[in-house]
Amino acid sequence: MAEEAQGAPAGGRPVRVPVMQRLLDNPFLLLFLGVVVPTVFYLIWGIVEVANIPIAQ
Amino acid sequence: MAVETAEGVGALVEEKYRTCPETGLRVYAQAETLIKANAVVAIVFLAVGGFFGLLVALTRWPAVHILPAEWFYLVLTAHGAAVLLFWIIFFEIAILYFASAVLLNCRLATPRFAWLAFALMVLGALVATVAVLQGESSVMFTSYVPMKAAPHFYLGLILFAVGALIGCFVFFGTLVIAKEEATYEGSIPLVTFGALTAAIIAIFTIASGAIILIPTFLWSIGYISEIDSLTYKLVWWGMGHSSQQINVSAHVAVWYLIAALVLGAKPLSEKVSRTAFLLYILFLQLACAHHMLAEPGISAEWKVFNTSYAMYLAVLGSMIHGMSIPGAIESAQRRHGFNRGMFEWLRKAPWGNPAFAGMFLSLIMFGFLGGISGVVLGTEQINLLMHNTLYVPGHFHATVVAGTTLAFMAVTYLVVPLIFRKEIIWKGLAKWQPYLFGIGVAGTSLFMMGAGTLGVSRRHWDMGFTDAPVSFDYPGTAYLMMGLNGVFAVLATIGGLLYVLIVVGSVFFGKPRTAEAIAASPTIPAGAAKVAASYGSEEHPKLPGTLVLVTIFFVSFVLYYFINWKFLSEVWPLS
Ligand code: HEM
Ligand SMILES: [Cu+2]
Repeated sequence: MAEEAQGAPAGGRPVRVPVMQRLLDNPFLLLFLGVVVPTVFYLIWGIVEVANIPIAQ
Repeated sequence: MAVETAEGVGALVEEKYRTCPETGLRVYAQAETLIKANAVVAIVFLAVGGFFGLLVALTRWPAVHILPAEWFYLVLTAHGAAVLLFWIIFFEIAILYFASAVLLNCRLATPRFAWLAFALMVLGALVATVAVLQGESSVMFTSYVPMKAAPHFYLGLILFAVGALIGCFVFFGTLVIAKEEATYEGSIPLVTFGALTAAIIAIFTIASGAIILIPTFLWSIGYISEIDSLTYKLVWWGMGHSSQQINVSAHVAVWYLIAALVLGAKPLSEKVSRTAFLLYILFLQLACAHHMLAEPGISAEWKVFNTSYAMYLAVLGSMIHGMSIPGAIESAQRRHGFNRGMFEWLRKAPWGNPAFAGMFLSLIMFGFLGGISGVVLGTEQINLLMHNTLYVPGHFHATVVAGTTLAFMAVTYLVVPLIFRKEIIWKGLAKWQPYLFGIGVAGTSLFMMGAGTLGVSRRHWDMGFTDAPVSFDYPGTAYLMMGLNGVFAVLATIGGLLYVLIVVGSVFFGKPRTAEAIAASPTIPAGAAKVAASYGSEEHPKLPGTLVLVTIFFVSFVLYYFINWKFLSEVWPLS
């Protein structure tokens, strides 16, 4: 799909699209990364930190 | 202009569109009406919220001290919600629709859902505003538990957020349709990519908001007995801070858009600018952690990883944009023949065009005032100097008012002639508007930061502590700063009011942009729209002037950063 969008010559070998461009051209992969990274490093790790605070007796 | 009908591939709906005589872009009727509706509501909230801001600033001006205490906190809450949530996010939804449907030449996905989104957002915003004005919800912007607002305050915010989420899905849906129907070639334009970044961050933002606001709502009606205050703070800031990053991504996209539309400026390198947005997508949201720097229960590893190591990668993204946009402008200007010396391109820039002036002021003030103070505040050790002082609102008025709000104002001067198809009224005053507002806001930011450096707290009704059992005196300079803050707030309000009057006046009473009017005074130079709506970098850019500006920026940055470490070293003298 991405190859077509880049205008592969008709009938010729499909143009190889660099990995980085394939990432940047894929909004849903970007969405996935943009949600997972902060969820793991900020939210989940943060909640583990808060949960590990000992409760006062 | 001809109104034609297009049949979407596989779509049952037939949609009307027009071909814009100035840009050559296809503008679908539904997309256009939705952009207008969201922008108009945004501006109404800016007018209301700006007025509340003035009241807050006048109360914090010791010689004026206009509101009584209970009113102060009520109005402060209303101010934060009206401007930072409602003004900014309605406008951002308009930007998402513009950057997808208009720039991609495509119909908007599911316009009915877009209208549902709009209705939910309007309803939610009204319900929350009414809750605040009724007086039982003066919990301020952060609404930290165990302070409890009325249930419909949380409910209003939840409805608003659901609406905004639907708006983001409409944006993604439009990207899918545009790709399927091949309404553009190659990759999406950079401005759309910036809007995509904003939409991605918005989805994380709203998810965090749902995780925390839904239980808080249930707690306010008695279904849940307790919300842990530290967990609340943690997850709330997943929303509260990330939403500022939506703003940054959106206004950076607007900077690129204005540079392209006004000057035909192409990005220096599409790859580099897109990578900078990718850094935002990956790392910008981790900076939420800077709001937790003063919490004792959380480890230094978590704080330092999230606010330094990872976060500086996102700051790198901002610096890339901060260099590449003036660079793109310089290259375009040099291409147009402004080649003399280091700075002819800048001197001969269209400073009388409020779209350009607002954009450039926004860029400079966001970088110098907002960016530098943000890195300082976000550093664990020196954060302690300013935590919860007026330095914090000083910083974020530089980012979100001088940066985002001014950028959005600037782009309105293009949206009114191109989308509303009305002449701007009061052209002479409109020239001055970005300067009045920009200088006013720069003043309030600087003086709040100054007062904060002297220790004056934020969200505080009486800095004189007149009826407190323990007396405390701030230095005289702090009082002076708060007076000056009030003066500049008045200036900012005049600038803001002028914006509202000019825009509303133009939309309702402006002359229509007829073919003759367009021929006589085009809004944008020929070919500029093609630059904004397609992929392509500047060839052989020359940017000596930009390099000088960037050097000045770095020197200011480093000096100010180290001055703060010096301040810190003086807080606890060791001798
Ligand atoms: C005429 C323009 C404005 C003026 C004079 C103004 C002034 C102020 C002042 C004096 C404060 C209070 C500081 C404190 O006591 O803690 C404040 C708070 C705040 N302002 Fe503004 N402001 C303006 C516009 C804006 C805009 C456009 C935004 C957002 C886009 C904004 C967002 C906020 C927020 C979020 C708060 C914090 C509320 C809280 O602490 O709960 N302001 N503003
Ligand atoms: Cu923040």
